[in-house]
Amino acid sequence: MSLVVILMAAILIFTIMNVVPGDPAAQLLGSEATYEEIVAKRTAMGLEGPFLIRLGQYLWNVVRLDFGTSWFYGTSIVNEIATRIPRTLFISVSHLILDVCIGIPVGIMAATHRGKWQDRGVVSLAMLFQSIPSFWLNMELIVLFSITLGILPASGIGSWKHYILPIIGGVLGGWVGSARQIRQSLLEVMRDDYVTTARAKGVSSRAVMTHHVLPNALMPVITLVGGTVGGIITGSLMTERTFSIPGVGTYMLTAVNNRDYPVVEAVTIILAAANALCMLLVDLCYAFIDPRIKAQYVSSTKKGRRPKKHGKITG
Amino acid sequence: MVKSQANAGSPVKTRRRKESQFVMIFRRVLKDRAATISLCVIAFFVLVAIFAPLLAPYDPYELDKSALLSPPSWAHPFGTDQLGRDVLSRLIYGSRYSLTLGMLGSVVSLVCACILGCLAGYFGGIVESIIMRCGDVMMSLPGTLLSIIISAALGPGYFTTLVALTVGGIFGPTRMLRGQILRERGQEYLEAAEAYHCSKPKIMFTHLLPNSISPLLLGFFMGISGTITSAAGLSFLGLGIQPPMAEWGAMLSDGRNYLRTAPYLIVFPGLIIMIFSWCMALFGDALRDALDPKMKT
Amino acid sequence: MSNYLEVKDLSVVYTSNEIPIYAVNGVSLSLEKGKTLGLVGETGAGKTTIAKSIIRVLPEGATKTFEGDIHLEGVDIMNLPEKEMEKVRGAKIALISQDPMTALNPVHSVGEQIMESLEIHENLSKKDAMARGMELLEMVGIPKERFLNYPHEFSGGMKQRIVIAIALACNPELLLADEPTTALDVTIQAQVLDLIMKLRDERGTSMILITHDLGVVAECCDDVAVVYAGQIVESGDKYQVFHDPSHPYTRGLFHSLPQFVGEDGRLHPIPGLPPDPSNLPQGCYFSPRCPYADEHCKTVAPEPYEVEPGHLSRCHKRRGEDIK
Repeated sequence: MSLVVILMAAILIFTIMNVVPGDPAAQLLGSEATYEEIVAKRTAMGLEGPFLIRLGQYLWNVVRLDFGTSWFYGTSIVNEIATRIPRTLFISVSHLILDVCIGIPVGIMAATHRGKWQDRGVVSLAMLFQSIPSFWLNMELIVLFSITLGILPASGIGSWKHYILPIIGGVLGGWVGSARQIRQSLLEVMRDDYVTTARAKGVSSRAVMTHHVLPNALMPVITLVGGTVGGIITGSLMTERTFSIPGVGTYMLTAVNNRDYPVVEAVTIILAAANALCMLLVDLCYAFIDPRIKAQYVSSTKKGRRPKKHGKITG
Repeated sequence: MVKSQANAGSPVKTRRRKESQFVMIFRRVLKDRAATISLCVIAFFVLVAIFAPLLAPYDPYELDKSALLSPPSWAHPFGTDQLGRDVLSRLIYGSRYSLTLGMLGSVVSLVCACILGCLAGYFGGIVESIIMRCGDVMMSLPGTLLSIIISAALGPGYFTTLVALTVGGIFGPTRMLRGQILRERGQEYLEAAEAYHCSKPKIMFTHLLPNSISPLLLGFFMGISGTITSAAGLSFLGLGIQPPMAEWGAMLSDGRNYLRTAPYLIVFPGLIIMIFSWCMALFGDALRDALDPKMKT
Repeated sequence: MSNYLEVKDLSVVYTSNEIPIYAVNGVSLSLEKGKTLGLVGETGAGKTTIAKSIIRVLPEGATKTFEGDIHLEGVDIMNLPEKEMEKVRGAKIALISQDPMTALNPVHSVGEQIMESLEIHENLSKKDAMARGMELLEMVGIPKERFLNYPHEFSGGMKQRIVIAIALACNPELLLADEPTTALDVTIQAQVLDLIMKLRDERGTSMILITHDLGVVAECCDDVAVVYAGQIVESGDKYQVFHDPSHPYTRGLFHSLPQFVGEDGRLHPIPGLPPDPSNLPQGCYFSPRCPYADEHCKTVAPEPYEVEPGHLSRCHKRRGEDIK
């Protein structure tokens, strides 16, 4: 399933890049090039021939993890991405982990103190942080910590210090999503009948929370975390641009400006693959937590289990 | 008691009843002080955008070589940029681009999503397959990434940015609406409508859509603030609307080169974006509470 | 306190959007050990809230006031600290809730959910609890092989049986059954009801059975209390209330039953709707719908009077004199 998604993304991006107005070969060669030169260049760039054949060729290359060479630099794209991806990955994964680690406890605190000052504070803060454009926040962080206080480097990479600001910048806006979502779903689950059943059994309020409410409330949060991955991926473009980090995002943005389409295509496919992978993980997490979905997986792989009539399957 | 439309199964009320419902919801929103204030702020922004030529103290594109990068002063309350243009005037004119991009982008997305979602959800079968598979292809990329790529492909400009923002925002709501319609389709009031020979398009637009649209409408108000931020983000990345056009994101992008010497250049555009999308979010939240008191948190 | 359960002047007010909702307005009732009390009334009359008050599981955020006296075997459980109350819940008082579809936690197996209260209250080891849990399942008529199945793998009737097994796990002395059969198919209703009655009789459990079905009350209960707008309007021995309904509302209930068609061969439903609990009428809450109501009824709230010993009716009009 995720492979199909990646393939579709590849088709989509290749198509978009091929219907773009203007001839990239002519642009690369400049205005003095002759017609023959342009045709030769086009052939070398793989721009000649019917669209479908080129698409098929491209997809076949992608399957073999061959993304071609950059038009602009003439270097292998895979190698370039391989050196850049750890930086992007490091920042994105730290964002994701910190978002969840900060957001979930804060959300739980808000839900358990519903209507009190903790709750109201979290909700207002969440609204505020959600409205701040991340790239602006990052720039203000640079102004504060690098220019005014001079304690952290503003851009580039080199030491661990260079990663502090990009990570802080992303997390400040990122914890909000998971906090709001967990608060919301906790409040909904706490109204459910089985919570009353559990309380009526004499389960202590702490155990009701950890054993009955949380597992049910976590499901929408997992979806949300899966959804934020897309946001974090696009966020990494902005972050890398603001802090001039030579990651995958910067690579792509430079390529966009240079009309270096193979690079744009390659990076997009990789980002889509990362996104699809996370969605797959989300599905697996669901199956782990929710027996209803686990049952679906089991019955689709192993036949012959009790063919139970469809229980309520949500999500 | 007014029942919110989110309560599945409540068939569309008669026209008169719906209007009173609208008034009721509006009144409930106004009860929330934060929502009232944010509504006023939003209205203020809209008025500023409309009357920009009357309000702006300077021409936003006028270069003033005598006042390059001058910090905020009485003559230039928000300072001037690297070419001596008045930041306040540029912000005022910029609201025209940013607000219309945000609102138009969201409206067009919503309309397209309604049409596609209705077709898919109601007809099912092959129509649904085609629409949803296209959606899957589009959704294989995160929305903003898709906007970035489309914007990169189409080149800079107001209209291309609008297209990029719209396409990025169509399929999420489409999917949501289809899910909602599938849930509604089992409801008895639809069978009733079919039983008295209501035509298909009529069922779709007068019965199905109004009863399934409320989650989309809520997303819409939140979406406007998101779209405005995305538009600014595109400009910031050097796509979308580009300098020297006075757009909030483009101004931020410009200001990025002068962080050290003129940090005030980025303060005001950023604050403005933040305030506007905050107000949109507050208003959207209050609206959700008003529409569906059960969900009040 | 002579009776096993004594409830005095119980009041519960919920709040929604800062609007107070008067769910229960001064309910007093008592129950002798081993007896069954039927709480009858329309949807929204506050029956469920009464049950949830007794076991103290009212929704925390939404409850504004919760007042009155509740004594169980002379112990004031209204003012018991939460930690002590946890020991009472499930062990002494158990609740069977209305909708079996939502009463079980979807992410735990039914076995775990049955074992949970055994582990809490009886300090059983995992192994013993499991053995007991399987016995309980068999007792409610479900094969013990299904101990590890999840709620979505059971039908509604079976889920309700599991809910009953959970409620009875620790041999509670008082069982609160909140419309235990409403959500089930008619054929299953009788089975489940029979099961509850059988287990009650075997164990001598006291019970409060909430229902809107007068037939169920006639079959299963010793005493009846009729609830209207958060008040008990008539209460007494089943025979007293059934043979001699004294409150106009109770009479209206009987007249809306198909078995009690009038002489003209028609049903006589009660006109109007139950009052909005956020906006209760002045005087007697039933007065807007009452055929006997006069100005006095609409301004002064009535107090219960004794129709005969043990049979109370909350009405200004006296049976036999004003009501024929």
